[in-house]
Amino acid sequence: MATDLLESLQQQIVPAAGAATLSHGCLVFSLAPEELMPTVRRLKEEFGYDLFLDVTAVDWPADALRFEVVHHFASSRQPLRVRLKTRVAAADPSVDSLAKLYGSAAFMERECHDMYGIAFRGNHDLRPILLYEGFTGHPLRKDYPKGREQPLVPYRN
Amino acid sequence: MDTPLPNPVRSIFGTPLREDSVIVNIGPSHPATHGTVQIIAELDGERVLRTDVHCGYLHRGFEKECEDHTWHNLIPYVDRLNYVSALVNDFAYCDGVEQLMGIEITPRCRYLRTLLSEYSRLVDHLTCVAAGLMEMGAMTAFLYLVMVRDFMYEHLAALTGARVTYTYGRIGGLARDLPEGWLARLEEILVQYEDFVARVHALVDRNRIFIDRLRGVGVISTADALSFGCTGPILRSTGLARDLRKDAPYLAYAELDFDVPVGIAGDNYDRYFVRMREMDESVYMMRQLAQMLPEGPINVDDRRCTFPDKERVYREIESLINHFKLVMDGPAVPAGEVYCAHEAPNGELGFYMVSTGGGMPWKVHVRSPSFVHMGAASRMLDGGQLADIVPTFGSINMIGGECDR
Repeated sequence: MATDLLESLQQQIVPAAGAATLSHGCLVFSLAPEELMPTVRRLKEEFGYDLFLDVTAVDWPADALRFEVVHHFASSRQPLRVRLKTRVAAADPSVDSLAKLYGSAAFMERECHDMYGIAFRGNHDLRPILLYEGFTGHPLRKDYPKGREQPLVPYRN
Repeated sequence: MDTPLPNPVRSIFGTPLREDSVIVNIGPSHPATHGTVQIIAELDGERVLRTDVHCGYLHRGFEKECEDHTWHNLIPYVDRLNYVSALVNDFAYCDGVEQLMGIEITPRCRYLRTLLSEYSRLVDHLTCVAAGLMEMGAMTAFLYLVMVRDFMYEHLAALTGARVTYTYGRIGGLARDLPEGWLARLEEILVQYEDFVARVHALVDRNRIFIDRLRGVGVISTADALSFGCTGPILRSTGLARDLRKDAPYLAYAELDFDVPVGIAGDNYDRYFVRMREMDESVYMMRQLAQMLPEGPINVDDRRCTFPDKERVYREIESLINHFKLVMDGPAVPAGEVYCAHEAPNGELGFYMVSTGGGMPWKVHVRSPSFVHMGAASRMLDGGQLADIVPTFGSINMIGGECDR
């Protein structure tokens, strides 16, 4: 079952990527940024991946394509989850927003934008959600020092 | 204060839609809501036209902090995500790390974790239902349920040493085995639970006041719930029987007999009732598990993660070094990544973890149901009454620690 699905997804969805693997109950695809939108659309429409679980990023400061944007999806038809990994460069960390396909995307992408500064094209509401207006930097980037403080209210002596 | 403080949030709407409507700010610290959440609402009299929900007031850099501690040291942190059902967080996190390490936990540990997960679900739902009813004036129901909950807290304290944040999970096992007589006391508490929950059913279920306050309020359709990423009781209240315990059984759920209760309309009444029914199913599962619980060790015998017996640490150099390395360097988790999801009381709780092979994680991300549900909250609040914001928000059961991380 798992391998059948893997093969059909691999052949039908991302013939170009060719890097699909099965890891701990998750089908993992590595995509180029322009493949993201068509892949998600097909996952949703043809394979029943109707639940967009999560979006986050992983920072690999040593790599040329520094950020790995990670999407997770669940389906009502099969127990296997799908993970899509999209690498983007630090100079232009942007991928397409999934807000057109899933209502949850607009909110979750705000968090990823807060934490990593990933710009989601097509999401017009990237206001801070866990952070606050005026916060500078993106705290989950590896070069953001853990101890840096940006208090809104000045400390009392 | 000389200068006015800058506003930490920027509302998505600055000007009212109509001449006679008014924009009000509710929270983040409001006496009627539990949890620090800010709702900016545009009102037409008592009717809510649109809302803008802001969370993040409890953000404490959980994920950043995780990258600076060993895998083992994170267990107390994950406790503090959903602090009402901390054991589920513990077990989901440990399960993820165990998958990365390729560890299979012992049978006794597997059944115990399942039993305690259900116990946590019971406590969590009790809290949610009790608080929700209290917000509508049912002080008696609140006191009944919270009294039972307190028996459970004390009972869990006898096992773990703490009432709320237990730090009871361990990578590859559990902190300690059941104390003498624990299961007998469990049965006593479950009998009391049944007594008091029956009283709450009698007080609320067919009570005109509550039906009027709950039926048709805070409605979300199945399609919307799916689109907005809702899981757990919110999704099931719309009539869709989706539950990880059935769909992708983990721990010992495949061996248990239980139903997945669903609602009809996806409103506040259904969310109340789904939670009440889920508690009964949890009790049913716990009774099965108490019978099935096998004897045996609770920790795997694996020197990469399990601490050696203190007796041996004091007597032989290998165990001493083993202990030292586990404390100082942390468990050696092989490089890789995993997304591990458990059915938490509020929905799918997922841990996405990336290891580069050291004793500390490269990344830990929490897919928290509360946060995703906050994105769907506007759907349930818009078009309702101002007074219904509080019970609807209560039925979503947003837990600040988990939502804001």
